[in-house]
Amino acid sequence: MASMKDIKQRKSSIQSTQQITKAMKLVSTVKLQKAKTRAENANPFFNHVYNTVSSILAKSKDINHPYLKPGDSDRIAVVVITSNRGLAGGYNSNVVKLITESGFDKDKVDIYAIGGKGRDSLDHKGYHVVSDDSPIMEAPTYEDAKAVCDKVLESFVKGEISEIYLAYAHFKNTVVNVPTLMKLLPVDMEAEEVEETKASAPMGFEPNEEEVLEMVIPKYITSLFYGALMEAVASENGARMQAMDSATSNAEEMISDLSLKYNRARQGAITQELTEIIAGAQAIS
Amino acid sequence: MAEEKNLFDVEIICPDRVFHSGKAYMIEYNTTEGQIGVYKNHAPITNVIAPGVVTITDGSDKKITAAVHSGFATILQDKVTLLAEVAEWPDEIDVKRAQEAKERAEKRLSEHKEDLDVKRAEVALKKALVRLEIKK
Repeated sequence: MASMKDIKQRKSSIQSTQQITKAMKLVSTVKLQKAKTRAENANPFFNHVYNTVSSILAKSKDINHPYLKPGDSDRIAVVVITSNRGLAGGYNSNVVKLITESGFDKDKVDIYAIGGKGRDSLDHKGYHVVSDDSPIMEAPTYEDAKAVCDKVLESFVKGEISEIYLAYAHFKNTVVNVPTLMKLLPVDMEAEEVEETKASAPMGFEPNEEEVLEMVIPKYITSLFYGALMEAVASENGARMQAMDSATSNAEEMISDLSLKYNRARQGAITQELTEIIAGAQAIS
Repeated sequence: MAEEKNLFDVEIICPDRVFHSGKAYMIEYNTTEGQIGVYKNHAPITNVIAPGVVTITDGSDKKITAAVHSGFATILQDKVTLLAEVAEWPDEIDVKRAQEAKERAEKRLSEHKEDLDVKRAEVALKKALVRLEIKK
Protein backbone atom coordinates (compact mmCIF):
# COMPACT_ATOMS: atom_id res chain seq x y z
CA MET A 1 0.00 0.00 0.00
CA ALA A 2 1.27 3.43 -0.96
CA SER A 3 2.27 5.71 1.87
CA MET A 4 0.07 8.59 3.00
CA LYS A 5 2.52 11.10 1.60
CA ASP A 6 2.51 9.51 -1.84
CA ILE A 7 -1.26 9.41 -1.99
CA LYS A 8 -1.50 13.03 -0.91
CA GLN A 9 0.98 14.12 -3.56
CA ARG A 10 -0.82 12.25 -6.29
CA LYS A 11 -4.15 13.64 -5.23
CA SER A 12 -2.98 17.24 -5.30
CA SER A 13 -1.38 16.74 -8.70
CA ILE A 14 -4.65 15.38 -10.08
CA GLN A 15 -6.49 18.26 -8.49
CA SER A 16 -4.39 20.83 -10.32
CA THR A 17 -4.82 18.93 -13.58
CA GLN A 18 -8.55 19.01 -13.01
CA GLN A 19 -8.44 22.75 -12.53
CA ILE A 20 -6.72 23.10 -15.89
CA THR A 21 -9.17 20.86 -17.72
CA LYS A 22 -12.07 22.66 -16.09
CA ALA A 23 -10.74 26.03 -17.22
CA MET A 24 -10.08 24.72 -20.73
CA LYS A 25 -13.61 23.44 -20.91
CA LEU A 26 -15.00 26.83 -19.99
CA VAL A 27 -12.78 28.55 -22.53
CA SER A 28 -13.80 26.24 -25.34
CA THR A 29 -17.46 26.60 -24.39
CA VAL A 30 -17.21 30.34 -24.92
CA LYS A 31 -15.22 29.90 -28.13
CA LEU A 32 -17.74 27.36 -29.36
CA GLN A 33 -20.61 29.79 -28.91
CA LYS A 34 -18.77 32.42 -30.92
CA ALA A 35 -17.74 29.99 -33.64
CA LYS A 36 -21.26 28.63 -33.89
CA THR A 37 -22.73 32.06 -34.54
CA ARG A 38 -20.09 32.77 -37.14
CA ALA A 39 -20.74 29.45 -38.85
CA GLU A 40 -24.45 30.20 -38.94
CA ASN A 41 -23.84 33.68 -40.36
CA ALA A 42 -21.79 32.19 -43.18
CA ASN A 43 -24.67 30.01 -44.28
CA PRO A 44 -26.89 32.39 -46.32
CA PHE A 45 -23.99 33.45 -48.53
CA PHE A 46 -22.96 29.90 -49.24
CA ASN A 47 -26.52 28.72 -49.94
CA HIS A 48 -27.03 31.45 -52.45
CA VAL A 49 -23.76 30.85 -54.25
CA TYR A 50 -24.58 27.16 -54.37
CA ASN A 51 -28.00 27.82 -55.87
CA THR A 52 -26.54 30.09 -58.50
CA VAL A 53 -23.90 27.58 -59.51
CA SER A 54 -26.41 24.77 -59.76
CA SER A 55 -28.85 26.89 -61.75
CA ILE A 56 -26.16 27.82 -64.25
CA LEU A 57 -25.14 24.20 -64.61
CA ALA A 58 -28.76 23.11 -64.95
CA LYS A 59 -29.44 25.61 -67.67
CA SER A 60 -26.40 24.97 -69.75
CA LYS A 61 -25.28 21.38 -69.60
CA ASP A 62 -22.88 21.68 -72.48
CA ILE A 63 -20.77 24.53 -71.16
CA ASN A 64 -17.19 23.69 -71.85
CA HIS A 65 -15.23 25.15 -69.00
CA PRO A 66 -11.99 23.97 -67.41
CA TYR A 67 -13.63 24.02 -63.98
CA LEU A 68 -16.13 21.40 -65.08
CA LYS A 69 -13.85 18.68 -66.33
CA PRO A 70 -10.94 16.90 -64.67
CA GLY A 71 -7.45 18.01 -65.69
CA ASP A 72 -4.93 15.79 -67.43
CA SER A 73 -2.64 15.43 -64.43
CA ASP A 74 -2.83 12.32 -62.28
CA ARG A 75 -2.23 14.27 -59.09
CA ILE A 76 -5.02 15.41 -56.82
CA ALA A 77 -5.12 18.11 -54.17
CA VAL A 78 -6.66 17.70 -50.74
CA VAL A 79 -7.22 20.71 -48.53
CA VAL A 80 -7.08 19.46 -44.95
CA ILE A 81 -8.57 21.58 -42.20
CA THR A 82 -7.50 20.60 -38.68
CA SER A 83 -6.59 22.53 -35.55
CA ASN A 84 -3.33 23.98 -34.35
CA ARG A 85 -3.80 22.75 -30.82
CA GLY A 86 -4.36 19.33 -29.40
CA LEU A 87 -6.36 18.13 -26.41
CA ALA A 88 -9.48 17.89 -28.51
CA GLY A 89 -10.12 14.17 -28.31
CA GLY A 90 -10.17 12.38 -31.63
CA TYR A 91 -10.94 15.53 -33.58
CA ASN A 92 -7.68 15.84 -35.52
CA SER A 93 -6.93 12.16 -35.96
CA ASN A 94 -10.43 11.55 -37.33
CA VAL A 95 -9.86 14.06 -40.11
CA VAL A 96 -6.43 12.61 -40.88
CA LYS A 97 -7.88 9.12 -40.91
CA LEU A 98 -10.31 10.23 -43.62
CA ILE A 99 -7.39 10.78 -45.96
CA THR A 100 -5.35 7.72 -45.02
CA GLU A 101 -8.42 5.53 -45.47
CA SER A 102 -9.74 7.26 -48.57
CA GLY A 103 -7.88 4.95 -50.93
CA PHE A 104 -5.94 7.81 -52.54
CA ASP A 105 -2.50 6.87 -53.77
CA LYS A 106 -0.13 8.39 -51.23
CA ASP A 107 2.35 9.48 -53.89
CA LYS A 108 -0.21 11.28 -55.98
CA VAL A 109 -1.75 13.47 -53.32
CA ASP A 110 -0.79 17.09 -52.71
CA ILE A 111 -1.80 18.21 -49.23
CA TYR A 112 -2.77 21.82 -48.68
CA ALA A 113 -2.68 21.96 -44.90
CA ILE A 114 -4.64 24.38 -42.78
CA GLY A 115 -3.93 23.48 -39.17
CA GLY A 116 -0.66 22.29 -37.65
CA LYS A 117 -1.88 18.98 -36.23
CA GLY A 118 -3.05 17.63 -39.57
CA ARG A 119 0.04 18.92 -41.33
CA ASP A 120 2.40 17.21 -38.88
CA SER A 121 0.71 13.85 -38.84
CA LEU A 122 0.23 13.68 -42.62
CA ASP A 123 3.83 14.76 -43.14
CA HIS A 124 4.90 12.06 -40.72
CA LYS A 125 2.89 9.47 -42.63
CA GLY A 126 4.76 10.37 -45.79
CA TYR A 127 2.24 12.55 -47.60
CA HIS A 128 3.45 15.39 -49.74
CA VAL A 129 2.51 18.65 -48.03
CA VAL A 130 2.80 21.43 -50.60
CA SER A 131 1.42 24.33 -48.65
CA ASP A 132 0.80 25.22 -45.06
CA ASP A 133 -1.57 27.94 -43.92
CA SER A 134 -1.88 26.93 -40.31
CA PRO A 135 -1.75 30.41 -38.75
CA ILE A 136 -5.12 31.34 -40.29
CA MET A 137 -6.89 28.80 -38.07
CA GLU A 138 -6.52 31.22 -35.17
CA ALA A 139 -9.09 33.59 -36.62
CA PRO A 140 -10.14 32.59 -40.12
CA THR A 141 -11.53 35.34 -42.32
CA TYR A 142 -13.02 35.35 -45.79
CA GLU A 143 -9.80 36.85 -47.14
CA ASP A 144 -7.84 33.90 -45.73
CA ALA A 145 -10.20 31.45 -47.37
CA LYS A 146 -9.81 33.37 -50.61
CA ALA A 147 -6.03 33.27 -50.48
CA VAL A 148 -6.02 29.48 -50.07
CA CYS A 149 -8.65 29.12 -52.77
CA ASP A 150 -6.62 31.19 -55.22
CA LYS A 151 -3.58 29.07 -54.55
CA VAL A 152 -5.36 25.77 -55.16
CA LEU A 153 -7.26 27.04 -58.19
CA GLU A 154 -4.05 28.32 -59.71
CA SER A 155 -2.54 24.85 -59.64
CA PHE A 156 -5.77 23.45 -61.05
CA VAL A 157 -5.84 25.90 -63.93
CA LYS A 158 -2.15 25.26 -64.62
CA GLY A 159 -2.99 21.58 -64.91
CA GLU A 160 -0.78 20.45 -62.04
CA ILE A 161 -3.71 18.77 -60.33
CA SER A 162 -6.81 17.20 -61.78
CA GLU A 163 -9.14 17.16 -58.79
CA ILE A 164 -9.59 19.15 -55.61
CA TYR A 165 -10.93 17.66 -52.40
CA LEU A 166 -11.67 19.19 -49.04
CA ALA A 167 -11.37 17.32 -45.74
CA TYR A 168 -12.79 18.87 -42.58
CA ALA A 169 -14.98 18.11 -39.60
CA HIS A 170 -18.55 19.05 -40.39
CA PHE A 171 -20.23 20.62 -37.37
CA LYS A 172 -23.48 18.79 -36.79
CA ASN A 173 -24.17 19.95 -33.27
CA THR A 174 -22.27 20.71 -30.09
CA VAL A 175 -21.50 17.07 -29.33
CA VAL A 176 -21.32 15.59 -32.82
CA ASN A 177 -18.97 16.46 -35.65
CA VAL A 178 -18.72 14.41 -38.80
CA PRO A 179 -15.37 14.19 -40.60
CA THR A 180 -16.20 14.93 -44.21
CA LEU A 181 -14.29 14.49 -47.44
CA MET A 182 -15.89 16.32 -50.34
CA LYS A 183 -14.99 16.86 -53.96
CA LEU A 184 -14.80 20.51 -54.98
CA LEU A 185 -13.52 20.46 -58.53
CA PRO A 186 -14.44 19.49 -61.14
CA VAL A 187 -17.90 20.53 -60.08
CA ASP A 188 -20.42 17.79 -60.39
CA MET A 189 -23.76 18.59 -58.89
CA GLU A 190 -26.11 15.86 -57.87
CA ALA A 191 -28.52 15.07 -60.66
CA GLU A 192 -31.64 15.44 -58.53
CA GLU A 193 -30.66 18.86 -57.25
CA VAL A 194 -30.22 20.04 -60.80
CA GLU A 195 -33.69 18.81 -61.64
CA GLU A 196 -35.17 20.92 -58.86
CA THR A 197 -33.68 24.19 -60.01
CA LYS A 198 -34.86 23.51 -63.52
CA ALA A 199 -38.46 24.17 -62.50
CA SER A 200 -37.86 27.85 -61.64
CA ALA A 201 -38.10 30.68 -64.17
CA PRO A 202 -35.49 30.72 -66.93
CA MET A 203 -32.57 32.77 -65.77
CA GLY A 204 -30.57 35.07 -68.03
CA PHE A 205 -26.87 35.60 -67.57
CA GLU A 206 -24.87 38.71 -68.19
CA PRO A 207 -22.41 38.95 -69.94
CA ASN A 208 -22.88 35.20 -70.62
CA GLU A 209 -22.91 31.85 -68.82
CA GLU A 210 -19.22 31.18 -69.28
CA GLU A 211 -18.11 34.46 -67.80
CA VAL A 212 -20.53 34.30 -64.92
CA LEU A 213 -19.37 30.77 -64.24
CA GLU A 214 -15.75 31.84 -64.44
CA MET A 215 -16.53 34.39 -61.77
CA VAL A 216 -18.91 32.35 -59.63
CA ILE A 217 -16.97 29.10 -59.32
CA PRO A 218 -14.01 30.62 -57.44
CA LYS A 219 -16.51 32.32 -55.15
CA TYR A 220 -18.29 29.02 -54.71
CA ILE A 221 -15.06 27.29 -53.71
CA THR A 222 -14.05 30.19 -51.49
CA SER A 223 -17.36 30.24 -49.69
CA LEU A 224 -17.10 26.47 -49.23
CA PHE A 225 -13.65 26.94 -47.72
CA TYR A 226 -14.88 29.74 -45.54
CA GLY A 227 -17.89 27.76 -44.36
CA ALA A 228 -15.68 24.73 -43.73
CA LEU A 229 -13.21 26.84 -41.75
CA MET A 230 -16.02 28.22 -39.61
CA GLU A 231 -17.45 24.77 -39.02
CA ALA A 232 -14.02 23.34 -38.29
CA VAL A 233 -13.43 25.95 -35.59
CA ALA A 234 -16.82 25.15 -34.08
CA SER A 235 -16.16 21.40 -34.28
CA GLU A 236 -12.73 21.80 -32.75
CA ASN A 237 -14.06 23.67 -29.77
CA GLY A 238 -17.00 21.30 -29.43
CA ALA A 239 -14.64 18.33 -29.44
CA ARG A 240 -12.31 19.99 -26.97
CA MET A 241 -15.20 20.91 -24.72
CA GLN A 242 -16.30 17.29 -24.63
CA ALA A 243 -12.79 15.93 -24.14
CA MET A 244 -12.17 18.34 -21.29
CA ASP A 245 -15.54 17.58 -19.77
CA SER A 246 -14.78 13.88 -19.59
CA ALA A 247 -11.23 14.59 -18.38
CA THR A 248 -12.68 16.69 -15.56
CA SER A 249 -15.12 13.99 -14.52
CA ASN A 250 -12.40 11.33 -14.72
CA ALA A 251 -10.23 13.46 -12.46
CA GLU A 252 -13.17 13.81 -10.09
CA GLU A 253 -13.47 10.03 -9.96
CA MET A 254 -9.77 9.53 -9.34
CA ILE A 255 -9.76 12.16 -6.60
CA SER A 256 -12.61 10.51 -4.73
CA ASP A 257 -10.90 7.14 -5.09
CA LEU A 258 -7.63 8.57 -3.77
CA SER A 259 -9.41 10.33 -0.89
CA LEU A 260 -10.82 7.00 0.19
CA LYS A 261 -7.39 5.36 -0.02
CA TYR A 262 -5.82 8.25 1.88
CA ASN A 263 -8.36 8.01 4.69
CA ARG A 264 -7.89 4.29 4.92
CA ALA A 265 -4.11 4.68 5.10
CA ARG A 266 -4.51 7.37 7.78
CA GLN A 267 -6.88 5.16 9.80
CA GLY A 268 -4.47 2.24 9.38
CA ALA A 269 -1.58 4.34 10.68
CA ILE A 270 -3.58 5.45 13.75
CA THR A 271 -4.67 1.89 14.51
CA GLN A 272 -1.12 0.70 14.20
CA GLU A 273 0.18 3.44 16.46
CA LEU A 274 -2.48 2.65 19.07
CA THR A 275 -1.65 -1.07 18.97
CA GLU A 276 2.00 -0.24 19.48
CA ILE A 277 1.29 2.05 22.46
CA ILE A 278 -1.00 -0.50 24.08
CA ALA A 279 1.51 -3.27 23.53
CA GLY A 280 4.24 -1.06 25.02
CA ALA A 281 2.10 -0.19 28.07
CA GLN A 282 1.27 -3.86 28.62
CA ALA A 283 4.94 -4.77 28.46
CA ILE A 284 5.79 -2.25 31.22
CA SER A 285 3.04 -3.36 33.60
CA MET B 1 -44.35 57.62 -52.88
CA ALA B 2 -44.36 54.19 -54.35
CA GLU B 3 -47.27 51.84 -54.02
CA GLU B 4 -46.97 48.72 -51.94
CA LYS B 5 -47.39 46.47 -54.96
CA ASN B 6 -44.39 47.99 -56.69
CA LEU B 7 -42.01 47.06 -53.93
CA PHE B 8 -39.73 44.06 -54.01
CA ASP B 9 -37.31 42.37 -51.62
CA VAL B 10 -33.67 43.32 -51.61
CA GLU B 11 -30.97 41.35 -49.87
CA ILE B 12 -27.28 42.12 -49.76
CA ILE B 13 -25.34 39.17 -48.39
CA CYS B 14 -21.71 39.14 -47.30
CA PRO B 15 -19.72 36.03 -46.40
CA ASP B 16 -19.90 36.80 -42.69
CA ARG B 17 -23.30 38.46 -42.34
CA VAL B 18 -26.55 39.43 -44.03
CA PHE B 19 -25.57 42.99 -44.81
CA HIS B 20 -28.99 44.39 -45.69
CA SER B 21 -32.45 42.98 -46.03
CA GLY B 22 -35.61 44.94 -46.78
CA LYS B 23 -38.13 46.26 -49.29
CA ALA B 24 -37.21 48.57 -52.12
CA TYR B 25 -38.82 50.44 -54.98
CA MET B 26 -35.68 50.57 -57.07
CA ILE B 27 -32.09 49.44 -56.80
CA GLU B 28 -29.18 50.76 -58.83
CA TYR B 29 -25.70 49.26 -59.06
CA ASN B 30 -22.72 48.75 -61.34
CA THR B 31 -22.24 45.59 -63.34
CA THR B 32 -19.35 44.67 -65.57
CA GLU B 33 -21.59 45.65 -68.50
CA GLY B 34 -22.47 49.06 -67.08
CA GLN B 35 -24.82 50.63 -64.59
CA ILE B 36 -28.28 49.20 -64.19
CA GLY B 37 -31.41 50.13 -62.29
CA VAL B 38 -33.94 47.47 -61.39
CA TYR B 39 -37.66 47.86 -60.70
CA LYS B 40 -40.10 45.17 -59.74
CA ASN B 41 -40.86 42.46 -62.35
CA HIS B 42 -37.49 42.64 -63.99
CA ALA B 43 -36.60 39.68 -66.19
CA PRO B 44 -34.66 37.08 -64.18
CA ILE B 45 -30.98 37.61 -64.74
CA THR B 46 -27.67 36.98 -63.05
CA ASN B 47 -24.89 39.47 -63.54
CA VAL B 48 -21.45 40.25 -62.25
CA ILE B 49 -21.06 43.26 -59.99
CA ALA B 50 -18.37 45.82 -60.68
CA PRO B 51 -17.03 47.83 -57.74
CA GLY B 52 -19.34 50.76 -57.14
CA VAL B 53 -22.08 52.36 -55.16
CA VAL B 54 -25.38 50.57 -54.63
CA THR B 55 -28.36 52.85 -54.23
CA ILE B 56 -31.59 51.48 -52.84
CA THR B 57 -34.72 53.63 -53.07
CA ASP B 58 -37.36 52.47 -50.66
CA GLY B 59 -41.16 52.93 -50.65
CA SER B 60 -41.05 56.47 -49.29
CA ASP B 61 -38.43 57.70 -51.76
CA LYS B 62 -35.70 57.52 -49.19
CA LYS B 63 -32.35 56.52 -50.62
CA ILE B 64 -29.74 54.47 -48.88
CA THR B 65 -26.30 53.84 -50.30
CA ALA B 66 -23.55 51.31 -49.71
CA ALA B 67 -20.19 50.53 -51.26
CA VAL B 68 -19.90 47.09 -52.84
CA HIS B 69 -16.72 45.54 -54.22
CA SER B 70 -16.91 42.45 -56.40
CA GLY B 71 -19.59 39.86 -56.30
CA PHE B 72 -22.64 38.97 -58.32
CA ALA B 73 -26.33 39.72 -58.32
CA THR B 74 -29.34 37.56 -58.94
CA ILE B 75 -32.46 39.34 -60.10
CA LEU B 76 -35.78 37.54 -59.79
CA GLN B 77 -39.17 39.10 -60.48
CA ASP B 78 -39.85 40.01 -56.89
CA LYS B 79 -36.45 39.74 -55.33
CA VAL B 80 -32.93 41.00 -55.93
CA THR B 81 -30.04 39.35 -54.13
CA LEU B 82 -26.58 40.88 -54.17
CA LEU B 83 -23.78 38.61 -53.10
CA ALA B 84 -20.85 40.82 -52.28
CA GLU B 85 -17.47 39.74 -50.98
CA VAL B 86 -17.12 43.13 -49.36
CA ALA B 87 -19.92 45.60 -48.62
CA GLU B 88 -19.76 48.70 -46.46
CA TRP B 89 -22.13 51.37 -45.22
CA PRO B 90 -20.90 54.95 -45.67
CA ASP B 91 -20.36 55.36 -41.92
CA GLU B 92 -18.11 52.29 -41.83
CA ILE B 93 -15.65 53.83 -44.24
CA ASP B 94 -12.51 55.53 -43.01
CA VAL B 95 -11.94 58.42 -45.44
CA LYS B 96 -8.37 58.95 -44.38
CA ARG B 97 -7.48 55.32 -44.96
CA ALA B 98 -9.24 55.27 -48.32
CA GLN B 99 -7.41 58.44 -49.36
CA GLU B 100 -4.09 56.91 -48.39
CA ALA B 101 -4.91 53.69 -50.21
CA LYS B 102 -5.79 55.67 -53.31
CA GLU B 103 -2.53 57.59 -53.27
CA ARG B 104 -0.55 54.43 -52.66
CA ALA B 105 -2.21 52.64 -55.56
CA GLU B 106 -1.76 55.61 -57.88
CA LYS B 107 1.89 55.85 -56.96
CA ARG B 108 2.43 52.18 -57.63
CA LEU B 109 0.71 52.39 -60.99
CA SER B 110 2.68 55.44 -62.10
CA GLU B 111 6.07 54.03 -61.12
CA HIS B 112 5.93 51.21 -63.69
CA LYS B 113 8.18 48.91 -61.70
CA GLU B 114 9.13 45.53 -63.14
CA ASP B 115 7.49 43.41 -60.49
CA LEU B 116 4.33 45.52 -60.34
CA ASP B 117 1.12 43.60 -59.93
CA VAL B 118 -0.95 45.90 -62.12
CA LYS B 119 -4.19 44.07 -61.56
CA ARG B 120 -3.88 44.21 -57.82
CA ALA B 121 -3.00 47.88 -57.79
CA GLU B 122 -5.93 48.64 -60.07
CA VAL B 123 -8.33 46.77 -57.83
CA ALA B 124 -6.99 48.64 -54.80
CA LEU B 125 -7.38 51.95 -56.59
CA LYS B 126 -10.91 51.14 -57.65
CA LYS B 127 -11.89 50.14 -54.13
CA ALA B 128 -10.47 53.36 -52.72
CA LEU B 129 -12.26 55.45 -55.35
CA VAL B 130 -15.60 53.79 -54.60
CA ARG B 131 -15.14 54.42 -50.91
CA LEU B 132 -14.32 58.06 -51.47
CA GLU B 133 -17.20 58.51 -53.89
CA ILE B 134 -19.80 57.30 -51.44
CA LYS B 135 -18.49 59.57 -48.72
CA LYS B 136 -18.99 62.70 -50.81
